[in-house]
Amino acid sequence: MRFLAFFFNLLEPVFALSQKWLGQSRLAWLFVGPNLLVFGLFTFLPIVINVFYATSAGVALMPADRPFSGLENFQTLFECRDYFDFQTCRKDVFWRAIGNTLQFSVIQVTLMVLFSLLTALVLNRKIIGRGFWRGVFFYPVLLSPVVVALIWKWLLKSQGVFNAALVAMDHPPIEWLTDSHWAFFWTIFVSIWAHMGFYTLILLAGLQAIPKDVYEAALMDKASPWRTLTRITLPLLMPNLIVVLVLAMIRAVQVFDEVFVLTGGGPGSATTFIVQFIYQTGFAEQIHLYGLAAAASLALAVGLIVLTLLQLKLTRAKDAGQKVR
Amino acid sequence: MFKTESILQRHAFKTLALALMAAGAVSAQAQEVRVMCYQDGVECDVTAELAKKFEAQNPGVKIVVDTVPYKTIVEQLPVQLAAGQGPDIARVTDLGGLSKFYMDISPNLKDRKYFDTQFGTTAAWLSPAAGDKGIYGFMSQLTMTGPYVNKTLFDQAKVALPGPKATWDDWVAAANKVAKATQTKAAMAWDRSGHRFAGPAISNGAAIFDAKGDLVVDTGYKNTINKFVGWHKDGTMLKEVWAGSGGSTYADSIGEFINGNVVMVLSGSWQINRLQKDIGTKFDWEAVPNPCGAAACTGIPGGAAWVALKTSKSPKETAAFLSFMAAEANYADFIAKTNNIPAHAGLAKKGVNYTSAQPAAKAALGVFSGGVANLSPVAYKFQGYKYNRAIMLPTVSRVTQALVGELSVDEAVNKLNADMQDAVKQAQK
Repeated sequence: MRFLAFFFNLLEPVFALSQKWLGQSRLAWLFVGPNLLVFGLFTFLPIVINVFYATSAGVALMPADRPFSGLENFQTLFECRDYFDFQTCRKDVFWRAIGNTLQFSVIQVTLMVLFSLLTALVLNRKIIGRGFWRGVFFYPVLLSPVVVALIWKWLLKSQGVFNAALVAMDHPPIEWLTDSHWAFFWTIFVSIWAHMGFYTLILLAGLQAIPKDVYEAALMDKASPWRTLTRITLPLLMPNLIVVLVLAMIRAVQVFDEVFVLTGGGPGSATTFIVQFIYQTGFAEQIHLYGLAAAASLALAVGLIVLTLLQLKLTRAKDAGQKVR
Repeated sequence: MFKTESILQRHAFKTLALALMAAGAVSAQAQEVRVMCYQDGVECDVTAELAKKFEAQNPGVKIVVDTVPYKTIVEQLPVQLAAGQGPDIARVTDLGGLSKFYMDISPNLKDRKYFDTQFGTTAAWLSPAAGDKGIYGFMSQLTMTGPYVNKTLFDQAKVALPGPKATWDDWVAAANKVAKATQTKAAMAWDRSGHRFAGPAISNGAAIFDAKGDLVVDTGYKNTINKFVGWHKDGTMLKEVWAGSGGSTYADSIGEFINGNVVMVLSGSWQINRLQKDIGTKFDWEAVPNPCGAAACTGIPGGAAWVALKTSKSPKETAAFLSFMAAEANYADFIAKTNNIPAHAGLAKKGVNYTSAQPAAKAALGVFSGGVANLSPVAYKFQGYKYNRAIMLPTVSRVTQALVGELSVDEAVNKLNADMQDAVKQAQK
């Protein structure tokens, strides 16, 4: 503490001088300057570069070698004869990726919130080995997504553990990862398995923050467990639920690593999501279409901005509702 | 006074000596040659052995062989090169696609004629433009796509191997009989690669190039897609290889062959070492000539090349090391130890003594070497074409979509055509 005080005392003349020159209101810029510089370099500049790539053509990496192409990449991405039929789109895989991402997000987020809530409610009760069960549910969160995907890939491959069990029971093996529907199912399942612990933890914290006397009052009023859940627990847990919902939604839209390792986006494009499309277009294919990938990533950014605005609106509406009450 | 001067002088000498040592260290660093290498078998290990020999003959030059996965060569090296970063030498397979990054070593070669004579037939594959006279490296080996069969399964099923002029349909029928009799998972699998797919397509009459020399998806190509999709639907082909991935990701079928899950695979000569090592005495395997179609009985030639890169900071040493690797004795050593087909004209004529090859591997090398004579001219042109990836990559992604039922064959062909034209258009900008 003494050292800090000494250190700041040393800087005092500098700040005093700066305040004299800049004035009190402008001095704040001096403090946020370094942070703005870092933000500008590592966040804002890449966005500007991304916009540049999205509006340039060719396969060259260096900006100087890329001719300006205006909105051509966006036109290529969004060119469709019939927007209700992906096949008529010039970049049909982009639209399939969007469709898959939307479908994945809706199903995965709904199930994720539901299972996280149920698990949190159970883990909040005085069950035997509560600490152990909390650990069990949180454990997958600590694993690397690649490890998670590899474990499940070994279980699900044609000669994996699951099919070995089926064959042992005189059942023909199932194409877990080469059938489109099963592959899609497993991407959702594995994703929920891997991340549920994190959301459960947030909800558990919310449940523990609900005052006990509210439940005691409900008990005295002989409220049924269902009524207690719907009239007390869920309304008081709503801020945490909104956080979980928005975080899960943003994460679902950005899904990539687990699915890429588990299915590679296949079979066909059944589990190709938008981030994988961007990666493949820009980097994995040997003809690197950086411009198209950059345009698709801007489209993804717009989607994420919409989700964030939705979160803000929901949070504000919730706050306003609480104030009115 | 004299003493002070003497001390000062001594100091000055010491400083000068230290500066010279530092300069020496810097100049020694400048003579380092970095080689980015991937290996199917032991190619990088053998290169490292040869590098030690080179270093002994050329004191002051340090060769660093960085062994990397093939994926790094395919995905990361082009990005590094485009950004102006990269090694001095790399072992690459996208011969034409990366040609703009190659460095001409001819000004630093003592015997340019040797390269022209011994590697002249494949030199054009490395040229950035038609008619270019530069020397950018040389083929470390020739490869050829082609099939392998599980001979033990054929014997167990008492089915004779179809002869050298048998068609793909003949092989499919025979392999299906074997698979059925031996309860093997599937009759056949092809590597998930547009390069592998091109062999049967050209055999079936695909012209690949139109009259103007541009890529074209014609009836021969479409017929092959049709057959290939049909073979997946009737269970002839092992679905996991093509349907197990998305996009145009490469997946080999040789693992399934080694595990005894298929009777026959379409892969290539570069797998001989792996087969020898991984199969051992588990079953008998053979390389067989490329099956025929209506137009030819061809595979696709190819191979990897050692190329000098413009990012090199030691062009003289880079040229010297490539020259050393290309010398007949060293090249023969590399080819013999790695069980590959030589691209060196003199060595090909003399023949290679494959000391580490077992009888099955030796026989397979003989089949592939013999098959070179049957390669279609279209196959050669295709391999050397700068934008061949423009048809190879969408072939993988679109054909997969057709075989899993996302697209019909007609739709897949139309999409493939559009993707191919888009890719060529972008690559030309």
